[in-house]
Amino acid sequence: MGKFNKSGKREMPEMNTASMPDIVFAILFFFMVTTTMRSETLMVSMKIPTASEVQKLEKKSLVTYINIGPPTDTRLGTGTQMQLNDRFAQVTEIQDYIAQEKASMNEADQPLMTVSIKADEDTRMQYITDVKQALRQAYALKISYSARAGEN
Amino acid sequence: MAKSSRKVPGLNASSMADVSFLLLTFFLLVSNMDVDSGLARRLPPPTTDQTSVDVQRRNLFVVLVNAQNETMAANQQSTEWYANEAELRGEAGGKVALKDKVKEFILNTSNSPELPELEEQDFGAPIGVVPVTAAHVVSIQNDATTSYKAYIAVQNEVVRAYNELREEGARKYFNTSYGELTEEQQKQIQDLYPQRISEAEPKNYGGQ
Repeated sequence: MGKFNKSGKREMPEMNTASMPDIVFAILFFFMVTTTMRSETLMVSMKIPTASEVQKLEKKSLVTYINIGPPTDTRLGTGTQMQLNDRFAQVTEIQDYIAQEKASMNEADQPLMTVSIKADEDTRMQYITDVKQALRQAYALKISYSARAGEN
Repeated sequence: MAKSSRKVPGLNASSMADVSFLLLTFFLLVSNMDVDSGLARRLPPPTTDQTSVDVQRRNLFVVLVNAQNETMAANQQSTEWYANEAELRGEAGGKVALKDKVKEFILNTSNSPELPELEEQDFGAPIGVVPVTAAHVVSIQNDATTSYKAYIAVQNEVVRAYNELREEGARKYFNTSYGELTEEQQKQIQDLYPQRISEAEPKNYGGQ
């Protein structure tokens, strides 16, 4: 029964992996094109409310973010905090922040600046209104209430 | 010249996959995919002196959200209370949904004296001269302790009313959906149904 002898000298043919880099590069380019860089680490946790009539904020470079919610670090309590750039801030600091963001923008883009308010859904409206008033004073009049798309 | 018959040694590209995988993982980690979306609003510019604009009672549609996150919608014609979001959308409680009330208010098809006054305006071809309620205002007012979630839910319903009106307008005048229109046509429809939402300052009724 030498026909079924397994001790033959046959070798497993090697798989050709020459096209693997091409495939991986294709995935890489896909991710590079569709994603944006994560700009800041969040220090407040928030559950964004859902809404069905949301619009997408198209130009990323024109959008400034204001994050509002309880701090991620529970040692800091559960009170509502606001994060501008990479630190906690008070409502009174918004004007400086907006002025600074505006100055770093292209002059032609400045009137198109949009402020996206990303707030936790349990935030009291008092806080949001204070922020809104500060934005008015800073002449940042285009705002967007950040919300996730979907049936609420 | 001597004809070269030497073979060029092939470049070993087996590590290329490893390198590109590294790059891929790097980009996967540092990037985020979600595009921010939200309800866009325009704030009124700051005023030094508090000038109050007189709005006729019939032109005003007041939407109040109180500290218990209940909603009251009132115009000259009627007043409606909504206890929760399902009622707001007309899915429970057998009440007229907020968006339908807003739509009725904006259109005033019956030319009721209790709804905003109609005014003939020219919007260019193919819409032509049509009566619209140019002076209507939807005023959303909230309490200091209203939750953001309830506020966004109400905002969403009001925006939904406008979006549905625009969609209906696009179907009526251009025979296609609003999203398919060109930019000028969308502008025409937006002029026909401009979003006139006012966000009032909070009142501390249910305060601490």
